Amino acid sequence: MMLTLDHIAKRFGGVQAVSDVTFAVARGEIVALIGPNGAGKTTLFSLIAGFLAPDAGAIRFEDRDVTGLPPHRIAALGLVRTFQTAQPFERLTVAQNIAVGAHLHLASRGAALRRGAEIAERVGLGKWLHRPSRELTVAGRKRLELGRALATEPHLVLLDEVMAGLNPTEIDAIVPTIFAIRDSGITVLLTEHVMRAVMRLSDRVLVLNNGRLIAQGKPADVATDPAVIEAYLGRGVAPPAARELARG
Amino acid sequence: MKSAAAIIVLLLALIPLPWLVRSDFWLNFAVLTLYYGFLGQSWNILGGYGGQYSFGHAAFFGTGAYTSAVLQLQLGFNPWLAVGLASVAGGVVAAIVGGLSFRYGLRGSYFALITLAFAEVLRILADSLGFTGAGVGLQVPLHPAVVNFQFAGKSGFYFTMLVLTALGLAVVWYIEHSRFGARLMAVRDNEDAAQALGVNVYRVKLGAIVVSGILMALGGVFYLQYFLYIDPEIAYGPAVSIAALLAPIVGGLGTMCGPLLGAAALQLLNEVSESAIGAAPGLNLVLYGAVLVLIIAFLPEGIAGVARLRIGLPRGRAA
Repeated sequence: MMLTLDHIAKRFGGVQAVSDVTFAVARGEIVALIGPNGAGKTTLFSLIAGFLAPDAGAIRFEDRDVTGLPPHRIAALGLVRTFQTAQPFERLTVAQNIAVGAHLHLASRGAALRRGAEIAERVGLGKWLHRPSRELTVAGRKRLELGRALATEPHLVLLDEVMAGLNPTEIDAIVPTIFAIRDSGITVLLTEHVMRAVMRLSDRVLVLNNGRLIAQGKPADVATDPAVIEAYLGRGVAPPAARELARG
Repeated sequence: MKSAAAIIVLLLALIPLPWLVRSDFWLNFAVLTLYYGFLGQSWNILGGYGGQYSFGHAAFFGTGAYTSAVLQLQLGFNPWLAVGLASVAGGVVAAIVGGLSFRYGLRGSYFALITLAFAEVLRILADSLGFTGAGVGLQVPLHPAVVNFQFAGKSGFYFTMLVLTALGLAVVWYIEHSRFGARLMAVRDNEDAAQALGVNVYRVKLGAIVVSGILMALGGVFYLQYFLYIDPEIAYGPAVSIAALLAPIVGGLGTMCGPLLGAAALQLLNEVSESAIGAAPGLNLVLYGAVLVLIIAFLPEGIAGVARLRIGLPRGRAA
């Protein structure tokens, strides 16, 4: 297995952000983690990538226990996350940004910058190579997040809402990029609100609600699961109202 | 590579200065400009390239100066031999300050305050311990000879400062063209993103503060040889910490030549304000302060930022 979560839990003060989450991701899959706002998706990503330590449970990456390791150690093993709100190195150019990722395995500055240029081309930022990253649009920043993560030569990438804030044309443009990432041998775990893209992209969908995993399966099956519909739309008001009337 | 060539040309052009400038006043001006530029470069490595704003670089400066003075006066060391140990001592103090504050994730104003606190503790120690001469300070006897790291004229000190300036520029050039520097600038711009890409933030910051501390200690060693006297206020007082951070802020943070430009501008401003209103003591400092406020308010990227706009270079193109 590429990634295994075993009974993971995390509490912030009085809020149980993640409770008893267990799932696995196989090599070469594209798995989507979906759920309403506040379901705990980003917390789960932070736990997997080492930015938070779980209160209970274990995380295994490529059959190695990575629970509690710091983020840079986990990244060095080949598990890299992106951020929901893009976090560019603002004073550096696009090429220099991506080179920081490439330096994980390349000591030479020249080689890292060349790799940065190659990857910028791959994620569609070739034209902005020597521009400061703070000049990029939202879509450009998302592509930069992706490019930097790819430059570390990961085995598994966690993409946190790479499509949030993009317009439909930009979304259609980024879908093939994600397929290309998988086809290059990288396993993908992503969170996404854009359901159209989730349906097209993912082999498997995991649904999180209030920190619990409430469903998983093929995209089409999950979309018709009553528990999932309820999580997204709320409990139906009709049956209790009818009962009230009957009693009345 | 172009930047390296430009810097080597600049340094070579500065070599004949003592033969061109006959007046001791202007040679002293040049020595002090290079000296403040060098202190600024030390601060720039940690503050400008690493984004960690220290308010207590005096801790490293004073350690360098005192180590050299104590080795010479109490243990009879040759001053040249003391240079190595003094810079190591500066690096060790930097490793302790950095190790403690970065291990516990102190950033921004907390980091600035903890560095200030370390410098103050060292100042009080130097004020009360016997072997540092306590409040009286330490005076190195005047024996002008190259072997004593003392020179009869200003030109010897000028060349010493030119060598140190070259050293500082070489370190910064390395930072702009190496993996270490790429990681340092990444940490400056966004720690979380750097960590996510496999950068060991703690180790990178620690490396930067140690290099910065070693250079700052060399600055302290130079001060001792030039003025032959130090006391706790000179070595560990806040004045030197402020001098170190002003030059790069005025000249351009995180740029190779910023500290030197800033030091030159500040030295010039100092002289001008002193000769313009020298009659009223203290008033020159008011002018100095006012111009400083204007520079910081209207040139947020420093003098180097203005130069970049003029010649149309995009930022951060150097690597």
